[in-house]
Amino acid sequence: MPSTPVLPKLVGQRVKRREDPRLIQGRGTYVDDIALVGMRYVAFKRSDIAHGRIRSIDVAAAAGMDGVEAVYTGADIAKILPPMPIGTPFPSPEHRAVAVDTVRFVGEPVAVVVASDRYAARDAVDAIGVEYDPLPAVVDTEAAMTGKPTVIHPDFPNNLAVALVPSGTGVTPDGAVDDSAIDAAFAAAEVVVSQRMVNHRLAPSAIEPRGVVAHYEPGKGTMTIWSSTQNPHILRTFIAALNGMGQDQVRAIAPEVGGGFGAKINIYAEEYVCSAVSKALGIPVKWNEDRTEAFVATTHGRDIIAYVDVAAKRDGTLLGLKIRLIADIGAYNMLLTAAIPTLTQMMANATYNIPAIRTTLTEVFTNKTPTDAYRGAGRPEATYFVERAMDMLARELKMDPAELRKKNFIQPAQFPFTTQAGAVYDSGDYAKALDRALEIADWERLKRERDAAQRQGRLVGLGLSMYVEVCGLGPSAALPTGGWEHAQVTVERDGRISATTGASPHGQGNETTFAQMIADQFGVPIEHVSILHGDTGVVKQGIGTFGSRSQAVGGTAIHLAGGKVKSKMAKFAAALMEASEDDLVFENGTIAVKGAPASAKPFAAVAAYAYVPVPLPPGLEPGLSDEAFWEPANNTYPFGCHISMLEIDRETGEPTLLKLVAVDDAGTLINPLIVEGQIHGGLAQGIGQAMIEEVVYSEDGQLVTGSFMDYAMPRAIDFPRFELDATVTPTPVNPLGAKGVGEAGTLGSTPCIVSAAVDALSEFGVKHVDMMLRPEKLWRIIHQGGRP
Amino acid sequence: MIATSFEYTRAASVEAAIARLQSANGAAKLIAGGHSLVPLMKLRLSEPGLLIDIARIPGLAGIRELGGRIEIGAATVHHDVATSSLLRATCPMLADAAASIGDQQVRNRGTLGGSLAHADPAADYPAAMLALDADIHVRGASGARVVKADAFFRGLFTVDLKADEIITAVQFSPTKAAAYAKLHQRASHFAIVGVAAALEVAGGAIASARIGVTGATPSAKRLRAVELRLKGTKATVEAIADASRDAGAELADVNGDLHASEEYRRAMVAVFTRRALTAALERAR
Repeated sequence: MPSTPVLPKLVGQRVKRREDPRLIQGRGTYVDDIALVGMRYVAFKRSDIAHGRIRSIDVAAAAGMDGVEAVYTGADIAKILPPMPIGTPFPSPEHRAVAVDTVRFVGEPVAVVVASDRYAARDAVDAIGVEYDPLPAVVDTEAAMTGKPTVIHPDFPNNLAVALVPSGTGVTPDGAVDDSAIDAAFAAAEVVVSQRMVNHRLAPSAIEPRGVVAHYEPGKGTMTIWSSTQNPHILRTFIAALNGMGQDQVRAIAPEVGGGFGAKINIYAEEYVCSAVSKALGIPVKWNEDRTEAFVATTHGRDIIAYVDVAAKRDGTLLGLKIRLIADIGAYNMLLTAAIPTLTQMMANATYNIPAIRTTLTEVFTNKTPTDAYRGAGRPEATYFVERAMDMLARELKMDPAELRKKNFIQPAQFPFTTQAGAVYDSGDYAKALDRALEIADWERLKRERDAAQRQGRLVGLGLSMYVEVCGLGPSAALPTGGWEHAQVTVERDGRISATTGASPHGQGNETTFAQMIADQFGVPIEHVSILHGDTGVVKQGIGTFGSRSQAVGGTAIHLAGGKVKSKMAKFAAALMEASEDDLVFENGTIAVKGAPASAKPFAAVAAYAYVPVPLPPGLEPGLSDEAFWEPANNTYPFGCHISMLEIDRETGEPTLLKLVAVDDAGTLINPLIVEGQIHGGLAQGIGQAMIEEVVYSEDGQLVTGSFMDYAMPRAIDFPRFELDATVTPTPVNPLGAKGVGEAGTLGSTPCIVSAAVDALSEFGVKHVDMMLRPEKLWRIIHQGGRP
Repeated sequence: MIATSFEYTRAASVEAAIARLQSANGAAKLIAGGHSLVPLMKLRLSEPGLLIDIARIPGLAGIRELGGRIEIGAATVHHDVATSSLLRATCPMLADAAASIGDQQVRNRGTLGGSLAHADPAADYPAAMLALDADIHVRGASGARVVKADAFFRGLFTVDLKADEIITAVQFSPTKAAAYAKLHQRASHFAIVGVAAALEVAGGAIASARIGVTGATPSAKRLRAVELRLKGTKATVEAIADASRDAGAELADVNGDLHASEEYRRAMVAVFTRRALTAALERAR
């Protein structure tokens, strides 16, 4: 037998995604592909005004239409469904799945139709007549904070969902505040840079809108719910609770999920309503969101105003940082809404030694679609505010932006590093990522190119940004849903391996990365490994995929469960081979005694023996299946450096991104190809936000950007070729060393692009320009005296 | 995004389509690529009772040379215009304009006739038709007629086309000395401002200029003041810059929306008029 392994080790290799062939060929099964006998269709009548009292709802005409089985008003739904809960410990106004007497945003459900097909359901929606007494629409975030033009929820004066949460230096966990350090920092400052910045609202816009099939079976008293969700186990918990059922009686299934980007974490009104209606009628029902609905009914992201002040010495040494955050959360608290901006506070320390930091957070209700997680969820906002401020400081001090960063970096020897907000950064080498990015971009040459272009009258600029984010979300103390992940690994009787994961991938490629790990662990071909996910009837326990946690937390659970099974399998092999279990090697589809390849038994033969163990080795139970719950002791903190070059057309204001370099450190990489794909996607959404994507409401609370005709979804033509590289600084938090990468691309990209735009506009004396880089906005700076 | 209920029929000939249009008495819409109509139907902004599909009528699609003129069938998709070797050789401006429409999916399905009949204020083709002084061939129950592009676009989504009439083709004299310049709206890739310019240059002077602008006004328009200023001037970049400078200021009724205010659009009309004319001049050489 050959002495070198026949099967390559797969971890660390650029293995192509196993998911892709079926998805590319249209062979995936999404919620809308689910069809059940007797299934009916649900459609929602939605508010077309931003704010008003419901004077009357006339459902008679709709109820009498062909094919219509039932019509529910908000009052009807309230009889079968309690108010919707949230997942954070913040106070929240009562939120009914279907509005009962007041509507508070365009798109809020006001009635529900159940019909024989989706066309009849849609037609019936048009036949429902709703009369409103309009109320003033609360649209301007900062005006809303003073109760103007009105108050949306009576129990929340001045529309303050969260009045003021302080964080940082001098703030104790019980909320006591000592200002002496932050005041001293600013008193000692030789230079202070101050700026109001807006990190504007975005529409997540997954390629697959949301969808639900709910099937209550009266005979069994059980519910099965299919949903396009990132976290079927959390969905199961909430669906059971609101329907008065046990978790053992509800099965939640996330089939193929066509993207989530954080917006499919929340448990939505439509999921609750479909489950309650199915239970009330005793029939399966389906609802599929259309794109128009997705723009108003699926949560939005970002929308935070920041007042940033940085105090420093003239040599660039940072002394203090103050950020006043005002988050526009829309009309209601959703599952994680209130917690998202707290992550902005948590990450305000960025990659720097800052002796004193004070952030405060206010969250404001407005008559807009509620916000919740969106790729990055609070961390891109922190990165944007701090990195833009760093860039402004560099400009003020006439320092190279890279030099200013280097001068203030948290040093490798300082890890684990406790931030001013109390987070504990696990590991990092920020200068290494920065230096690598400078090298790839050829920073000095780029600066010469920029200078030469500017001398020719071209508006060319450079931007640079560092980032650090919090990923691998856990432990349970930090996550009300539980901060662990679960896996079960089973070596089947034929020697193939199935593994379940509570992570619920929807684009992250875990069917590939987890299979790579297991193939290596057991020395079997990857083709013999199946990763099962997204079904609480198959996956015993789980939390879900969000916060770049699937590999770091879910992957570790897989690794640990696999280790348990491998250890048991070694005992069976040892009995079969009359060898010591400690001397066995698993490779090339065999189990052999180390150094004695002739002893090798086929992997499948050992598996078969474990299931028909004659004789049964003493002390062993039959079978090869075990599970693991993995709860990390801490989050992980990936980091990186992004550099961009951008040119603005002097005549039109149109920006063109010429170059984007991203060096990301996500710890150990299981599959660099998939990591690059994740970075590409994150960059696309970051560049989208910086340059072309923006949710805009009119003064009366109508969504102006309600379709892809007006909301610019970034496409390949909008980007240059990305230049990527990685540094690898493993985390000590988990045995894989993996940190997480799903959101990273959104963090560094926005500030480095805006900084490049400001650099390009330097001849006009511009210090800051808010995203998005709308051509007209830039044109006005160029042609109307430098005012954005 | 579900349309109201409608009937659908595929017409085998232009005559059959006209007959169905007549019998439907205003309740029918023609459909070819459907890239403007279907989104409106899904939003229930358009609720036709009958769709008459004309996409596969024999002879309605195609690009051909007719005695020095070019004829393009109404059902020709944008992609075929954009990639036509005949147009690339004889009238590259029109191929460029087609290539700038929407995205690949739109260009694979959307048709020239559909775009002209729909007359979206930001569509690219109308500007090109104006610059080419194209003839728009129309047929209806009362026979065939030819409408000059100048007279065809009458206002917002409004053209000189009766309820029972079909655009069958456009005809024009091709010119190499023409160019299209466009400021893209980044979501839809419609034109915030699109300018098509065609020049006749003789003896170092501009003998005539035709300029069509789209996106700026409720319907595509000729920039006659600029055309007049150019007539007889030296064929130079400087003369073009001088003539273009006030191109936007001279327009009445300029659009303003989320993507571009009226003021910005006026400024962009001047910029893109100059750019289109400069590129046209380059091609004239």
